[in-house]
Amino acid sequence: MKKNIVPAIRLTLVSMVFFMGIYTLVILGIAQLAPNKGNGLTITQDGKTYYINVGQSINQDKYFWSRPSAVDYNAAGSGGSNKGPSNPEYLAEVQARIDTFLVHNPGINKADIPADLVTASGSGLDPHISVQAAKVQVKRIAEIRVLSEDTLLQLIQENTEKPLLSLFGTERINVLKLNLDLDKISNN
Amino acid sequence: MNTEILGVIFMYALVVALAIPLGRYIGKVFSYQNTWLDKIFNPIDKLFFKLSGINPEKEMNWKQHLVALLTINLVWFLVSMFTLMNMSWLPLNPDGNPSMSADLAFNTSVSFVTNTNLQHYSGETSLSYLGQLILMLWQFISAGTGIAIGAVVFVAMKERTTEKLGNFYSFFVRSCTRILFPLAMIGATILVLNGSPMTFKGKATTTTLEGATQQISRGPVAAFVIIKQLGTNGGGFYGPNSTNPMENPNYLTNIVETASIFLIPIAMIFAFRFVIRRKKLAWTIFGVMTTGFLLLVIPSIFSEMNGNPAIAHMGIQQNMGSMEGKEVRFGPAASAYWAVNTTCTSNGSVNAMHDSMMPITGMAALLGMMVNSFYGGVGVGFLNFYIFIIIAVFISGLMVGRTPEFLGKKIEAKEVKIAMIIALLHPFFILVGTALASYLYVGNPAEYAGWLNNPGYHGFSEMLYEFSSASANNGSGFEGLGDNTMFWNVSTGLVMLLARYLPIIGPVAIAGILAAKKYIPEGAGTLKTDTGTFGLMIFAVMFIVVALSFFPALALGQLAEYFTLY
Repeated sequence: MKKNIVPAIRLTLVSMVFFMGIYTLVILGIAQLAPNKGNGLTITQDGKTYYINVGQSINQDKYFWSRPSAVDYNAAGSGGSNKGPSNPEYLAEVQARIDTFLVHNPGINKADIPADLVTASGSGLDPHISVQAAKVQVKRIAEIRVLSEDTLLQLIQENTEKPLLSLFGTERINVLKLNLDLDKISNN
Repeated sequence: MNTEILGVIFMYALVVALAIPLGRYIGKVFSYQNTWLDKIFNPIDKLFFKLSGINPEKEMNWKQHLVALLTINLVWFLVSMFTLMNMSWLPLNPDGNPSMSADLAFNTSVSFVTNTNLQHYSGETSLSYLGQLILMLWQFISAGTGIAIGAVVFVAMKERTTEKLGNFYSFFVRSCTRILFPLAMIGATILVLNGSPMTFKGKATTTTLEGATQQISRGPVAAFVIIKQLGTNGGGFYGPNSTNPMENPNYLTNIVETASIFLIPIAMIFAFRFVIRRKKLAWTIFGVMTTGFLLLVIPSIFSEMNGNPAIAHMGIQQNMGSMEGKEVRFGPAASAYWAVNTTCTSNGSVNAMHDSMMPITGMAALLGMMVNSFYGGVGVGFLNFYIFIIIAVFISGLMVGRTPEFLGKKIEAKEVKIAMIIALLHPFFILVGTALASYLYVGNPAEYAGWLNNPGYHGFSEMLYEFSSASANNGSGFEGLGDNTMFWNVSTGLVMLLARYLPIIGPVAIAGILAAKKYIPEGAGTLKTDTGTFGLMIFAVMFIVVALSFFPALALGQLAEYFTLY
């Protein structure tokens, strides 16, 4: 033990310099070549800057809604609900979300509501919704914005992100981008 | 074919395709053969040893290896305690986060130094950037410790009689610089180019589409995230780990991060093949581990993709599957796949919340940790598997009436005793811990009301999961558990300590004792250990130990929940 303690301390210090210092600085250097210099991806429209990857709470009727969030889209304290699948309190909450959705979207069939619109994501910051989740909101937005449903469906199609190489993963829509495009064609 | 399932198959194929050449490279690193990275790393390693005053050529016996390992781990623990308890006034704290309390700092330090990375805090509110960087350091060097000690056991298994098993510091530095560092560089670059933050600026403040103010935590995320994936660490930069879109921005980064979980654990099997030159034995081990993994992952993916029957009952659409606690950009298949990856190895990072998963997936995650050697943690997963091999050799020897031998060494009473103790410690820690927590909770539900986020069977599983995770040095959680309390910090802290070091000491002792024994060349009477039959024997031993120990607890939690839902 005695023989080992001094080399152990010195080796720890050297490791600190290498893995906390040099490694971090090299990656920081590479980040200067990355989009927005490693400060998070952004998009600017009408003079306002948004972070693309971080979901936002969007629940006005004139916009496509984002998913429910257990932390109300607090990007400085992200998290999920951690509710178990059989928790009665949780199931009541999901039922309440379904009811709210039906109130705001009259004429929609319950069977057309996809699960991602009434469940909270793991981070509470999910920037995406499924394609079906956008489609089911078309009727409401078309009425409020006085647009044809076809225009909106076209918009959804343009904003659909394909699986990686069209082979791997899910089809999805970035809600923020979709809504920004929506504002472009109809300033409400 | 469904693109979600295709994605999962691709991730597994990719990782095996990369692990075979990487394993060869790791084997060369520990055999001190020339590799093409020598030009860069020979001078770096030399500098490491010179500045530390270490002679990397001095060979150690197994006891000296363990003393060196434990001493340096103690130093790390003390440095960690000091840093975490003084973050508020130390530099690199742009968000003004506070220092940790003593019990939380104890839990966190133990957690990161033992390669567990159970997190009873949330990164964005509880750590300064200095705190994050020091935890990132432990993620490198605790993984290096595991790989190095795995290498010691490999070297001990060679066909010869010796007490000299190489130099611990040399294995350790080589693991960190030649294996972890280059892989981390590649991975971090991919992450940062895909939008993972890498900055020392504090929170960003923006206005949302609807005019609300939103604060966004940033930091040196990319550098941190990749090493937590590669080193079977799992401690996230943000509270909800790789579910957070900053840690894991898209499906490509998800592939990189998922592949990083399994990469080194699988490569270690092929490194083993390279070091001891036993092709068939390595493939037998790979076969057993892969069978176990597939048995857990396939039902999990199906159960997540089929959705929650309680929600189906409400009459809505679950085309994607169960979405609570999951991100749309990954989907249920990739989330279930990650969940089983992260628990079979001792990684513990998540890309979806395990607490909200279906009972079958939760049970697969628990079983992954209970077995803890289907691939397992970097280096130490192989050590856990080694224990099962020793027991299987012993039992098969008894069954056929031959002296149990493994790789030309006689297995005798002492080795089997050590192996049995180590094999039974894991269930002991998990079950005693869970029993104690349940006893406290049931005795005074009002006082401990903050513990459980879910009632009934699932609540019990939250406690079982926490101790399984601590004892497997995993670090994932049923995160609904309110775990930043004195009881959980101290109890899981102690379990993590014992469950890290005893399962290192045991196998290293066995390997060291065996290495010093006389080498007996294989004859007609030797029990063959590199056949499918023997593979089945190892699997049976694992199955019996795990099933007998854990079936009652699983029946009370996940199985009971399954039968209430379906």
